[in-house]
Amino acid sequence: MAMTEQHVAEAHAEEHEDTSTGLNHRKMLMWAFLGSDCMFFGTLIATYLVYFGRSKVGPFPEDVFSIPVTSVSTFVLLMSSMSMVLAYAALTRGSLRSYRVWLASTIIMGATFLGFQVFEFYEFANHEVHIDCTKYHAAPGEFSEFKASIAESECTEGVTVYDGKHGLTPRTNLFGTTFFTLTGLHGTHVTIGVIWLLGLFFYSYKKGGVTPERNLDTDLAALYWHFVDVVWIVIFTVVYLFGVFEGFPT
Amino acid sequence: MTTLQVPMIARPVHPEGIWGWITTIDHKRIGILYGVTAFINFLIGGIEALLMRVQLSGSNAEIISPEVFNQLFTMHGTTMIFLAIMPLGAAFFNFVIPLQIGARDVAFPRLNAFSYWVFLAGTLLLHMSWFLGQSPNAGWFAYAPLTGLDYNPGKGIDFWIVSLQVLGIASLAAAFNFIVTIVNMRAPGMGMMRMPLFTWMTLITAILLVLAFPVITVALFELLLDRSYGTNFFFAPAGGDPVLWQHLFWVFGHPEVYILILPAMGIVSEILPTFSRKPLFGYSTVVIAGVVIAFMGWLVWSHHMFTVGLGPIPNSVFTITTMAIAVPTGIKIFNWIGTMWKGSVDFRTPMLFAVGFIVTFTIGGISGVMHAMSSSDAQQQDTYFIVAHFHYVLFGGAIMALFGAIYYWFPKYSGRMYNEAEGKMHFWLMFLGQNLTFFPMHFLGMDGMPRRIFTYGADMGWTELNALQTAGAFVIVLAVLVMMKNLWQSWRSGSPAPSDPWDARTLEWSISSPPPEYNFEQIPVVQDRDDWWARKRGLVPRRAPAGASSDGHGIHLPQPSFWPLVAAIGIFVGAWGILYSIPVLAIGGAIMMVGLYAWSFEPVNDPEPQDGEGD
Repeated sequence: MAMTEQHVAEAHAEEHEDTSTGLNHRKMLMWAFLGSDCMFFGTLIATYLVYFGRSKVGPFPEDVFSIPVTSVSTFVLLMSSMSMVLAYAALTRGSLRSYRVWLASTIIMGATFLGFQVFEFYEFANHEVHIDCTKYHAAPGEFSEFKASIAESECTEGVTVYDGKHGLTPRTNLFGTTFFTLTGLHGTHVTIGVIWLLGLFFYSYKKGGVTPERNLDTDLAALYWHFVDVVWIVIFTVVYLFGVFEGFPT
Repeated sequence: MTTLQVPMIARPVHPEGIWGWITTIDHKRIGILYGVTAFINFLIGGIEALLMRVQLSGSNAEIISPEVFNQLFTMHGTTMIFLAIMPLGAAFFNFVIPLQIGARDVAFPRLNAFSYWVFLAGTLLLHMSWFLGQSPNAGWFAYAPLTGLDYNPGKGIDFWIVSLQVLGIASLAAAFNFIVTIVNMRAPGMGMMRMPLFTWMTLITAILLVLAFPVITVALFELLLDRSYGTNFFFAPAGGDPVLWQHLFWVFGHPEVYILILPAMGIVSEILPTFSRKPLFGYSTVVIAGVVIAFMGWLVWSHHMFTVGLGPIPNSVFTITTMAIAVPTGIKIFNWIGTMWKGSVDFRTPMLFAVGFIVTFTIGGISGVMHAMSSSDAQQQDTYFIVAHFHYVLFGGAIMALFGAIYYWFPKYSGRMYNEAEGKMHFWLMFLGQNLTFFPMHFLGMDGMPRRIFTYGADMGWTELNALQTAGAFVIVLAVLVMMKNLWQSWRSGSPAPSDPWDARTLEWSISSPPPEYNFEQIPVVQDRDDWWARKRGLVPRRAPAGASSDGHGIHLPQPSFWPLVAAIGIFVGAWGILYSIPVLAIGGAIMMVGLYAWSFEPVNDPEPQDGEGD
C-alpha cells in the first residue's frame, strides 16, 4: 500500500513542480549545463578564430573544404532537430509508436551526420594534390597558395604532372589543430546525444519507462540535441563558410 | 522496486561507521568530508610554503634546490587555490546552504557525493606527482611555452593538467547542484531578496564557476593535446601563440579570484550582523555589489598581462575596468563597517576573524588598486609586491574569513562549543603572523625582489626582511597548531552546544546542533529577511506548521548510494590512463559508465524495508 501511495505522490509531483520557481530541478540543471557548454564551445571557436589565417603551411581551409558535402550533412543534422521536436510532440500526444519512429529517425540522422564527419576527417587526412605542372609554369598565379607552394618544389625539370598526398591532420598546422579539436569535440557531443537517444529508444520498450506523463527524460535529451545543432550552425558558418568564400571577414 | 536495482550490490539502507561515510549523500556529512580534506590540503600547501620560506630565510641558502623550489611554488599555489580555499568554501556551501534556505538536502544529493569523490580523486592525483618523479613546476598559471614538451619533458605538467581537469568536473558538478538548490529549493516565503548573504554569494560563485571552468577546461585540453599528441596550439615554431594561453588562463583565472573571495565575503556578511546585534547595513547594496563584482570580474583579466605588450589601448581599458571593480568592493567594506557602527559588538572569535578580514582584505585591496594602473604595474609585475597583494587578499582575506566560518559554525556541525580563549589566541597569533610574513613583501617588491627566485645574494639587502618573514611564517604555524588543538579537543569533549549559541539570524540556528538528518521537522515559512531573529522576538506572527510529525517520522530522505563513488573511481582510474596508458583510460571509462548507469536507474528514494518503520 505504502508503495502505491508513493507512486501516486511521485506522479503528482511531476505534474506540478513543488519548487521555488515551479521549474523542475533537472530541467534547471540542464539549462545551467547548456550555459556552461556555451562557454566551452565559445572558447574553442575563439581559439579557432584567433588562429584563423595564421597557419604557416597548407593545406588551408579553401584547399580541403567541400561546401556542398558539408551542406548536406548540415541539412541532415538540422532535420534531425525537427524530427526530435516531432518525437517529443508524439510523446506528449500519447502516441508511443510514432514517438519511437521519430526518435529512430533522429538517431539515424545524427548517426548520418557523424558518418559524414568521419568521411570528411578521412578525406582531409588523405588529401590528394594533383598539379598540372605545364599549367603551373604557364600561369602560376592561378594556383592556390598551397598548391603553388607544392608546385614550387615538385614541378622540377621534366615533371609534367604531380600527384601526391598532402593530408591535413591536427599536427599539420594551426588550421588542422584548431579545426579538428573544435569539430571533433562537437562530434563527441553529437555522439553522446546519439547514445542518449538510443538509451531512450530502448527504454521506451520498458513498461512505464517513457510515458506522456514521464516526458522529462525526453525533454532534456531534446534540449541537449537542439543545443548541439545550434552550435553546429555557428561552426558551419564561422569555420566552413568564412573559410572558403572570399569577402567573409577574416 | 527491487527490479530496478542493479542486482550485484544491494543498496545500503542505513549503513554505519565507515560505510556510512562512503555511501553518504547527506549534505552535512559531505560538507564535513570536504572540510576535513580541504584542511589537510591546507596543511600540505602550508608545508610547501614553509619549505620555501626556510630556503629564503637567508641569502644564498642551499637547503632546497632550484628544481624543487619551482615545484614547491607551483604546488603551493595550485594546492591552496584548488584544493584548500575552493573546497573549504564548498564545505560550507554543503553544510550551510540547505540549512539556510530551509531545505532537507541539496537538489541532487548523489551528484553532491559524486562531486566530493571526484574532488578527492583530483586531490590525490595532484599530490601523487610528488612521489612519481616530478611535480608540476611552471607556476600555478603554467605559462606557455614553459609547459611545452621541449622545455618540460617530465610528467609534472601532465599531472597538473589531468588533476585540474578532474577537479574541474567536481567543481562544475557542485556548482550546477548549488545553482539549482538555491534557486529552486528555498523555503516558502524566502524570496531572492530575503536570502541570507552567504547563500547569495554562493549562488554568484556557482554561476561564476559554471561559466569560468569551461574556459580552463578547453585551455587544459589544448595543452594536453600539444603535449601528448603534437598539436600546435601553443607551439611557437608552427605559429602557435603563447599569449593565447595567457588570455585563456586569465579569462578563467580572474573570475576564479572572485570564486575564491565571494564566499568569504558572504561569510563575513553573516558573522558581522550576528555579533553586532544589528541587521546587515544596506542588504540590497551588498547583494548588488556582489553581482556587479561577479560581472565585472569578466572584464579585467588582462590586468594580469600588462607587461605582455598588448599596447596602450588595451592596457588603458583594463586599467579603468580594474580600478572600477574597486568601487563595488569598497561599497561592501563600507557596508560591513556600517553594520558594526553603533552595534553592540561582541568580539567572539568569529567576529575577530571577520573584523580581521576587513582590515587585511582592505590592505590587499589597496595594493590591488596600485597595480591596477598599468604604468605602475610595469614596476611591480613579477615582484614580491604582487605576492604581498594576493596573500593579503587570499590569506588575509579568504582564509581569514573561512577560519572565521570554521569557528562560527563549529557549534552547528560538531554539536560542541570550542574553547573561546584558545580561539582568540589563534586569531591574534595568525593576525600577527600573517602581517609579519606578508607585509615586508611590499617593501621587498618595491626594492625589486622578483617572485619565484630560489635565492638571492647577500649584497641585495633583502636578508633581514626575508628572515623576518620566515619568522612570521612560523608564527602562523603556531596559530594553526593552536587551532588544531582547540578544534580537536572541543570536537571530542567540548561542552554540548545549544541550538543557537550566538543568538543568530538565519534558519540553520533554528534547529538543533548538530542538526538531525532530515534538518527541519517542518519546512519553515519565511516572513522576514532575518526570519529566525524576527521569530525569536515575536516580530512576525508564527505561521502554523503544515502538519508533520515531530520526530522526523514519515520524512522521506534520499537513500545512501555506492554509485557516485564508483563513477568517481572510474574517473580516477581513467585519469591514470591519460597519464600512463590508454587501455587504462578505457577501463576507467567502463567503470565510470557502470557507475553512471546504475546511478541513473537507481530510484532516488527507495521505500524503507517493510519492517524498517522504526529506524
